[in-house]
Amino acid sequence: MSVLLEIQDLQKSFGGVKATKHVSLDVLEGEVHAIIGPNGAGKTTLISQLCGEQMPDAGLIRFAGKTITRAPFPARARLGMARSFQITSVFQDMTLLENVALSVQAHDGHSFRFWKRADSETALNEKAMTFLTEVGLADKAHVLSREVSHGEHRQLEIAMALATEPKMLLLDEPMAGMGSEESARMVDILKKFKGEKTMLLVEHDMDAVFALADRISVLVYGEVIATDKPEAIRDNEAVKRAYLGEEAD
Amino acid sequence: MNLSALITPKNLVTAAVLIVLGLMPVLTTVFDQPFYLDIATRIVILAVAAASLNLILGFGGMISFGHAAFVGIGAYAVGIPIYYEYYSGFLHFPLAIAVSALFALVTGAISLRTKGVHFIMITMAFSQMIFFLFLSLEEYGGDDGLLIWSDSELFDGLALDDPSTFYYVCFVSLVGVLLLLHRIVNSRFGRVIRGAKSNEKRMSALGYPTYRYRLVAYVISGALCGYAGALMGNFTNFISPDMMGWGRSGELIFMVVLGGSGSIIGPVYGVLSFLLLEEFIPDVMDLFADGAGVYWHLPFGIILLLVVLFVRGGISGFLNRLTKR
Ligand SMILES: Nc1ncnc2c1ncn2[C@@H]1O[C@H](COP(=O)(O)OP(=O)(O)OP(=O)(O)O)[C@@H](O)[C@H]1O
Ligand SMILES: [Mg+2]
Repeated sequence: MSVLLEIQDLQKSFGGVKATKHVSLDVLEGEVHAIIGPNGAGKTTLISQLCGEQMPDAGLIRFAGKTITRAPFPARARLGMARSFQITSVFQDMTLLENVALSVQAHDGHSFRFWKRADSETALNEKAMTFLTEVGLADKAHVLSREVSHGEHRQLEIAMALATEPKMLLLDEPMAGMGSEESARMVDILKKFKGEKTMLLVEHDMDAVFALADRISVLVYGEVIATDKPEAIRDNEAVKRAYLGEEAD
Repeated sequence: MNLSALITPKNLVTAAVLIVLGLMPVLTTVFDQPFYLDIATRIVILAVAAASLNLILGFGGMISFGHAAFVGIGAYAVGIPIYYEYYSGFLHFPLAIAVSALFALVTGAISLRTKGVHFIMITMAFSQMIFFLFLSLEEYGGDDGLLIWSDSELFDGLALDDPSTFYYVCFVSLVGVLLLLHRIVNSRFGRVIRGAKSNEKRMSALGYPTYRYRLVAYVISGALCGYAGALMGNFTNFISPDMMGWGRSGELIFMVVLGGSGSIIGPVYGVLSFLLLEEFIPDVMDLFADGAGVYWHLPFGIILLLVVLFVRGGISGFLNRLTKR
């Protein structure tokens, strides 16, 4: 398998806090690569630098053969990176269908189209509908986003990421704040795309991680202390001490 | 669509307002009150300006505190050519739109790099620059202003110096601009603008270069405001830098917020109530105590504040809630 995303010696600090310390990591085409680590380990900061929401202080990021270390946020999205947010970030005053249609529209040429009603564009709506269906929200298509539950927001985040038809999904705790039933549903949704979409999955829910990941990297205090197959990570002493051990308490 | 679903308080009020506005020349003739046609003309022109501002303010979340500059530019685009005895409206109107659009492009390109209060301040600063520029242009009257002794000449038979004809030109312009804005707001472009207002970070994550879309919206808004300015230049026969001061820009914002920035028609309600209150509060106060009318600013300000503070979504929001009940 070829490398889709290559991270070399990435560094980022906020004042005195070194949120990313010499992180190097490869994500292979088609794999689900999970990143686990305790709170404040720098997982979100890493994703933010990958997608361009924040710029690294030093290091290199290559994606699909292009160096994108300093490329702007939207440009990276257009290259095929889609991210979901740890804290739900959708368009609250639009319906779920509009949320996803706006995501489809993002990758359907430019949007300097001023005259035709967007909500009566059948092709746009139908496409948006297929993504809503994928995540099980078809029946809520016409409900305003601010009126649906937390779990449904998380599903909507996934639908919006998928709707941009990305090469890679950067998922920041898709199960955050979900009950076990909702989490299981989310695992099922993501499983459908396993193998088809490359994923970088940040998640605290270990059941989800072990159900989905092909490889796992463990991030502690801004450093990758191990990258390996799930079984190997489970048995890794350093990881147990630094992270999994804490969970067991 | 069910026909009875269309009969909502909001639609009824909208229809009533548009019909009454449409019939103003007839009404003022029948009741022999030409003065009210004057007020109506001013309302309609300012409604064009406020509705244009609302495209970026209400739908795009860009609070421009300098939109009066565009009205001023539009008016001078009529006044200055007339000063040199170029009377053609086919020069004035395109010039007003083009210069406003250019000014919007240049100032927008810079202002839109900033957000929030900075954006408000920088748009205000740019409009003050234009204000002081015209103040210093002695040739065109400086702070004494410029007399416009003629109106734009369009077609034979369309004489803008006839108050009724001119009123209809303004009214048709308003309806046209409202329709245009309605289309824009609901188009793909409009959706992008609304999305950028609602959640900029998400728009970036989706791949939208929001700056470009904002800038184009800003230019459209400025150009339409410039058009309103050209109408204003034809309406008043005297223009001065005063019409582009920051106080005027503030009034435009106030009208938009008063009427309801979330709706296309909102600014029309806003301008209407603003100007009617301004007109009639002094009279009403005089009824209670002779001479009290000179203090009209106080109740006027209080009423405006109360509406803005307590009526979410302004007048149009209020009418919407009546519908939902
Ligand atoms: N914008 C910021 N300014 C200052 N410090 C920050 C900023 N963002 C993150 N940090 C700090 O960087 C460190 C890493 O934070 P980050 O949010 O990346 O952790 P995380 O692994 O995603 O944690 P969690 O599991 O709680 O989501 C933390 O110490 C955090 O306080
Ligand atoms: Mg995080």
